[in-house]
Amino acid sequence: MKSVGRNVERKEGAAKVSGAARYVDDLSFPGMLYGVTIRSSIPCGEIASIKLDFSRKGFTVVDHRDVPGKNVIALIDDDQPCLAEREVRHAEEPILLLAHEEREALVAARRAVRIDYRAREPLFDPRRSTKAFKEIAIDKGDVERGFAEADVVVEGEYTSGHQEQLYVETNGMIAVPEGGGITVYGSLQCPYYVHAALVKLLGLPPKRVRVMQCETGGGFGGKEEYPSMIAGHAALLALKARRPVKIVYDRAEDMAATTKRHPAIVRHRTGVKRDGRITAMDVDVLMDGGAYATLSAVVLSRGVLHATGPYRCDHVKIRGRAVMTNTPPNGAFRGFGAPQTLFAAEVHVERIAETLGLDPVKLREKNALRPGDTTATGQTLGRDASALQVLREAVRVSDFHRKRDEYRGTNRGIGLALYLHGSGFTGGGELKLASKASLELTETGARILVASTEIGQGTRTMHAQIVAETLGWPYDAIEVSDVDTARVPNSGPTVASRTCMIVGKILQRCAVEMKRKLGKLTPAEYLTRRGPLVITMQYEKPGDIQWDDATYQGDAYGTFAWACNVAEVEIDPVTYRARPLRLTAVAEIGKAIHPILAMGQIEGGTAQGVGFALFEDVVMRDGRMANAQLTNYIVPTPADTPPIDVAILERAYRHGPFGAKGVGELPVDGPAPAIVNAIRHVGLDVRSIPATPERLSDAPAIAR
Amino acid sequence: MARKKNGDTAPKPEPDDDPFVVSRRGFLKGVSGSAITAAVVPQVLVPAIGAAAMAAAPPDVKGVTSLKIDLDVNGQKRSLEVESRETLLEVLRDRLDLTGAKLVCDRGECGACTALVDGEPIYSCMMLAADAQGRKITTVEGLAQGDKLHPVQEAFLQYDGYQCGFCTPGQILSCVALVNHNPNPTLDDVKEAIAGNLCRCGTYTKIFEAALAAAKSSRGGK
Repeated sequence: MKSVGRNVERKEGAAKVSGAARYVDDLSFPGMLYGVTIRSSIPCGEIASIKLDFSRKGFTVVDHRDVPGKNVIALIDDDQPCLAEREVRHAEEPILLLAHEEREALVAARRAVRIDYRAREPLFDPRRSTKAFKEIAIDKGDVERGFAEADVVVEGEYTSGHQEQLYVETNGMIAVPEGGGITVYGSLQCPYYVHAALVKLLGLPPKRVRVMQCETGGGFGGKEEYPSMIAGHAALLALKARRPVKIVYDRAEDMAATTKRHPAIVRHRTGVKRDGRITAMDVDVLMDGGAYATLSAVVLSRGVLHATGPYRCDHVKIRGRAVMTNTPPNGAFRGFGAPQTLFAAEVHVERIAETLGLDPVKLREKNALRPGDTTATGQTLGRDASALQVLREAVRVSDFHRKRDEYRGTNRGIGLALYLHGSGFTGGGELKLASKASLELTETGARILVASTEIGQGTRTMHAQIVAETLGWPYDAIEVSDVDTARVPNSGPTVASRTCMIVGKILQRCAVEMKRKLGKLTPAEYLTRRGPLVITMQYEKPGDIQWDDATYQGDAYGTFAWACNVAEVEIDPVTYRARPLRLTAVAEIGKAIHPILAMGQIEGGTAQGVGFALFEDVVMRDGRMANAQLTNYIVPTPADTPPIDVAILERAYRHGPFGAKGVGELPVDGPAPAIVNAIRHVGLDVRSIPATPERLSDAPAIAR
Repeated sequence: MARKKNGDTAPKPEPDDDPFVVSRRGFLKGVSGSAITAAVVPQVLVPAIGAAAMAAAPPDVKGVTSLKIDLDVNGQKRSLEVESRETLLEVLRDRLDLTGAKLVCDRGECGACTALVDGEPIYSCMMLAADAQGRKITTVEGLAQGDKLHPVQEAFLQYDGYQCGFCTPGQILSCVALVNHNPNPTLDDVKEAIAGNLCRCGTYTKIFEAALAAAKSSRGGK
C-alpha cells in the first residue's frame, strides 16, 4: 500500500516512452489556420505606417483594433500590450498577426509586410535606466554599527547574464472558437494565468473562456507568463476568422522573442571580524527587467530575499531595483531571481575567505544560519534549517579538503557553494493566491482535480502518491484529471517550488476529509448509497507564518530547502575553456515523496546551473538576441554534463505533506557559484558569468 | 503617416490616417506576385523570420514538383504523393500522423526528430522523404510489439530516463540503435550514442542508466 517514498511509475510514463503523448503541435482541428506574429524591427520608437503588399484573400489579419477587451497581457502591472498600438518598446514587440490555411502562404506574406517607424534612441544599459518597475528595501539592525564592529570590509560586484529557458518544446497554442467564447489548448504552466489574461483581453465572461493544457515539453518558468501572450494572439485570430488557429513558434522566434532570466548586477559590501564572523552586510541588487514589467517585481523580490545567502548577520541593508530597458521583457526562469543573488553572495563569501586567509568551509560554518537564527527579514528559522548538515555532508561526500590540497597549483580546482531556497510564494503571496484543490471519489478510488501542471517534474505522480498514502489506497487507485479550467479548481500557478509543498498539502487535507466521509465504506458502496463525492479544500496559512509586504518583515517563506554544491573543474591552459569534471549536490528537501523524481529534479537543475555558469551566453545586439539558435547558444549536452553525485537529506517541515518542502528550483541556484569558486581555486579572479573562455582569458590572477 | 499628437492615442482607422490605407493600395500592387513583394521586405525583418520559414520557398518558386513515393514505415508499406522538397519529418508528422518525432530546430541541432533509417539514427528534419525510399524507417511508434514495449522503452520507464518527454522518442531511438549494434556498450558508448540528442530537463544520467540496463536485459541478463 505504501506510496510515499517509493519510486512508482509516472502516471504518463507509458504515453511518453511510446510516442503516444500528444503535445500541442501534434494536434490538429478541422478547418484550422496557422498563425504568425509580425514583430517590431526596432527596439524603440513609434509605428508610422503599416503596409501589407499581398493579396488579402484567404488571410486573417489582426491588429490592436481587433482587441474586443483591454489590449494588455494581464499579469501584475497590466502594462504590456497584446499588440502594439503606436509605441514600440523592444525589437520583438508583436504588432500584427496573420493567419492562413497554408503555412507556405504565410512565409511569403510576412515578407510583404512593411512597417515604417519613427525610431527613438533605445536604452540598453540597466545602470542608466531611470524607470524602475519595482524597488525593495530590507533593513535589519543598524548596518553602520555593523561596519564599525568589523575588522575588515570586503567589497565586490558580481554580474550574470540573460539565460534562455530552452525547453525543448517551443511555445505553442491552438485557439478554437466555440460556444460563444474561446477554448485554447496549449503548452503552459499556469492555466489560470492564461484564463485571466484571455478574459481581460477578449472582454468575455469567465465561463466563456476555457484553457486546456496539452502534454508540455518543459517549462522552467518560460511557460509561466508568455503563454498568455500566445493564447491571446491565437484567440484574436480565431475569433476574427471564426476558425481554429494554431500558433507554434519555431526555435529562433521562441529564443529571440520570449522571456529570459533577468541579467543582474549585484554589489556586496561586507564587514567581517578577523576570525571570519560577519558583522554587516550591505547588498545592492539591480535587475534588467526588459521592456515591460511582466514578473520583474516578484523576481526581484525572491532575488533580494535570497541576497544574503544562508548566513546570519545582525546588521543588514538590502536594496533592490528592477528597471526598464528596450530589450524583450525578462521573466520567470527556474530559481526566479535567486540564482543571480546567490551567485553573487557565494562568490563574495569565497572572496572574504580568500581575503582573510580562512578555509572556505570554516568561514561558512561560522556564519551559516542555524535553527532559531533570524534571517534578514526577521524570520526565525525552525528546526529544519539545515545549512550545516548539507555543508558537512557535501564536504564529506566530495572529499573536498583532500582535493583542495591535491589540486593546488594545477589547472584543476574545487569550489563550493552553500545556499537555501524559499518554498512556495512569499507569506503574503500564498494568502492572495488562496489556492484550491479537489478530490473526486470514483468507483475504484479517487481522482485529483488541480490546475497544477505536469511539465516533466512529476506533478501527477507525486500528487497521486500523497493522496494514495493518506487514504491508505494503492497508487493505481488514484487518477489525475487533465488540466482543464472547465473542470479543475484554481490551485494557483505551477511555479515557485509550491506544487508539492503547498498544493500537495491541500490535496492531503482533501484526502483526510474523504477518508473521514467514507468511514468503512468502499468507494463503490459510498457512491451507490450516498451519491457523488467531491471534496474541495483551500489553502490555509499555518498560524505561525506572519509576513508584512509593506515593510518586507516577517516570514518570507513557509520554510526553506537547503543545499550545498561542490564543483571540480579543469581549465584548458591553451583555450581557457573550463570543463566541469564532477559535481556534488547535497539537498535537504524535507521529504522526497518520490526519490528518483526528486533526484531527477536535482540532476536536471544542476545541469541547467552548469549551463548558466559556463556556456549559456545570450548575445544582445541592438536590443535583440543575436544567437537565437542551438548552434551558438550552447546548453549542456550529454558530453558537457559531468557526473553528478546527489545526496538527499530529509528533515521534515511540519506544514508540508509528509514533511516535504519544495525541490524544483533549489538545485539551479548553486552550481554557478560553486563552479566559479572552483575556477577561483585555480587562480582566476572571475566575478561574472557565463565564465566563457573569453572571460577567463581576460580574468586577472588572484593575488595570493 | 500616423497623426503627430500628444499622448498615447493610437492611430485610429480614419481614412487618411489609417496605417492600412497604403496597404489597400499595396493590395492592388501585391497581386502582381510575390516576386515583387519580396523585394520590399526590409532587411531588419529577416531575423524575426524563423528557421522553418527561411528554409521554405515562396509558393510560386519553380522546381517544386510532386512525387509519388513508397515508404516502408514501421514495417508497413505507405504509398504517398509528396512534394520533392518535403522532409522525412514532415511526411511522418503531417501525412502519416506519426507525431512521436518532433519538429524543434528544423536544422539538425537537437535530435528531437530522430528516426531510424535502416537501423541508423538520423535527423529526419535533414533527410528528404524521397531519399528514404527503399529503406526501412522506424519511429518510436514502431518499437513496441503489440502491448509489449521494447526493452529500451521499459528501461526508460524503470530508470525514469525522461521528464517532460519531448526529446524522449529521439533519445529512445538513439539508444535502440546503440543496443542493436553493440550489445555490450560502455558508459562512453552511451554518451556518444545520444550526443546528438539534447535534453533540457537534464535527465542524461538517468538515460545513461536506462540504456546500460536495456543492453543488459537484451543480452538476457537482468
